[in-house]
Amino acid sequence: MSHDVILEAVDVVKHFGDGGNWLSPKPPVQAVDGVSLKIRRGETFAIVGESGCGKSTLARLLMRLLEPTAGNVLFDGAEISHAKGAKLKRLRRDMQFIFQDPFSSLNPRMSVGKLVGEPLEVHAPDMNADDRRAKVAELLRKVGLRPEHAGRYPHEFSGGQRQRIGIARALASGPKLIIGDEPVSALDVSVQAQVINLLGDLRRDLGLTLVVIAHDLSVIRHMSDRVAVMYLGRIVEIGTAQQVFATPRHPYTQALLSAIPSMEGTSRDKKPAVQGEMPSPSDPPSGCRFHTRCPHVQPLCKSQSPKLHGQGHQVACHFWQDIAMPPTESAPPNRSDRAEARFALYRAATTGGTVIHQDKKATTERT
Amino acid sequence: MVLSNLTLRFKGQENDVVQDVSLRVRRGEILCVVGESGCGKSVTSMAIMGLLPKSATQISSGRMQISSDEWHLVTDRLPAALRGNEVAMIFQEPMTSLNPAFRIGDQIAEVVQRHRGGSRSAALDRAEVMLQRVGIANPTQRLREYPHQLSGGMRQRVMIAMALANDPQILIADEPTTALDVTIQTQILDLIGDLRDETGMGTIMITHDLGVVAEIADTVAVMYGGQIVEQGPVEEVFRNPQHPYTIGLMSAMPRLDRPGERLAIVPGTVPTISNMPDGCRFRTRCAFATSHCATRPQLTDVAPEHGVACHYVPLEKHVVVSA
Repeated sequence: MSHDVILEAVDVVKHFGDGGNWLSPKPPVQAVDGVSLKIRRGETFAIVGESGCGKSTLARLLMRLLEPTAGNVLFDGAEISHAKGAKLKRLRRDMQFIFQDPFSSLNPRMSVGKLVGEPLEVHAPDMNADDRRAKVAELLRKVGLRPEHAGRYPHEFSGGQRQRIGIARALASGPKLIIGDEPVSALDVSVQAQVINLLGDLRRDLGLTLVVIAHDLSVIRHMSDRVAVMYLGRIVEIGTAQQVFATPRHPYTQALLSAIPSMEGTSRDKKPAVQGEMPSPSDPPSGCRFHTRCPHVQPLCKSQSPKLHGQGHQVACHFWQDIAMPPTESAPPNRSDRAEARFALYRAATTGGTVIHQDKKATTERT
Repeated sequence: MVLSNLTLRFKGQENDVVQDVSLRVRRGEILCVVGESGCGKSVTSMAIMGLLPKSATQISSGRMQISSDEWHLVTDRLPAALRGNEVAMIFQEPMTSLNPAFRIGDQIAEVVQRHRGGSRSAALDRAEVMLQRVGIANPTQRLREYPHQLSGGMRQRVMIAMALANDPQILIADEPTTALDVTIQTQILDLIGDLRDETGMGTIMITHDLGVVAEIADTVAVMYGGQIVEQGPVEEVFRNPQHPYTIGLMSAMPRLDRPGERLAIVPGTVPTISNMPDGCRFRTRCAFATSHCATRPQLTDVAPEHGVACHYVPLEKHVVVSA
């Protein structure tokens, strides 16, 4: 993987609200407060955090759907945080968005062909109708739908298929980078796996850069190369997925990881759960914003805000060296050998293998 | 609690939404019903609560037994006194299940008074005790607050307090943690586990998350298309899953120990209820299905209390797959 940076945020700040007036002061919501990160070309970069941590706001800032209160966003080295007009239009072609909810993000009155063709009309106005139809058919095939689906409407499709339509629409303009805000969290497990595989394939085949916002940590671990963990508008830890998951340095990351309900953990022993809930972003705690819930809190944490430090694997905690844990490797699920044999059969059968029944003359009807 | 052979359909439809479902929860046990959207898990729980409108549903078989009481669901109406008293329910979205116009304390007190009578102030005292028990700090003050003043996790705690106010024997929790963040989810799951230990109530938890099942359940029932395809003690089912759907679901979950490995999938999507195939309903998506699967496989024990509804159990004895 090349290490050139495709998208960069430098001390980006986004506050919502103007503070009210002197009669009814309303402190601004500090949704994103000084975030810097670099996303490399061709990688899958994940932003994790709980609701209200500012991850969706950050995604919208990176895409120039919002203008930052302060700081800069650079795409391919060019400042874009206040881009307008033709520059913004060009940017929209290069960066596309996949939304969480495939039910509300597609116009129910537009046919699939129209939905997928619309970005082409905007970004390639010279293309004639026949070429556009051919291109739509190609896009639909690429996301695992059939070209004849172009004449149908969104309500005729299931959630997973609608998400595929959303992906086809995002691919239409030929983007270099796609940001997905919880792209699979509205889907059932079996369908979610299909969409995760599809996104992985597309990234590889089209050389895309993928930025994924999600709260499901197993999905993140599966999909991403690098991970940033956000808490109350700030990045508390950033590193490769392997670094963050095997040797989490920030107490918040450690708490998040121990909270993953996993198939491996049938022991039901008590985990060191973090107490309480995230404070309001309009009145964040002083110093380290996690100090109100941190099990390792010291006086210094309340007064001084820790900076992200380290090379590659960065953490914003004063005491990360003192609370370091030995690396943990995730254990495989505890299954019997015969069960493992069944899983192998299942995988082989669903990836194009031919199923042969050994019973007397059972006829296989593969779909 | 024992539910036997529940079969029901919505009026005007050709197919059963829930077909021959039997569940059993012992005292102090947590049963998880797991399945994807449209598998009938919520409808089953609504039927147990007696919440399905008679005018729109047609129950063709089913019996329910709680302690020594028994009802024939085809003919009997579940008494209203049962709901909120012996069987209580918590829902996925605590904001929409609490009334935004009433104070928390009044809402809990209403449940208490409704079933136990007694004075308003006694009911409010009970509400305060319950809030304390579900781990809400400052219960006296919280009693006077409205739902919008609480966070999602706190609202779910209030729902649990309300459900448990009358010491029910059975708690039904329909996706109680789906709308919550992971750190809050852990807190709520721990709370449900603790309360189970304290009160000895039986719990039926509906979820789509196999991780949650592994975390909290004693027994598990996997549903697909209104049928139970596999059920049994949770360690046994996770160690030795048998039904192709169970295996498919587990394969489709990203594994922390195998990042980036291509996920095995369950092809296609769940058919709508009117397009459900007869026989084994999973057969249209099953890689191992044959024409024999048009006959419905019965839930058969493969190990003590571990039942599987598939003709080809164990799979490795019946099929080989060539590349």
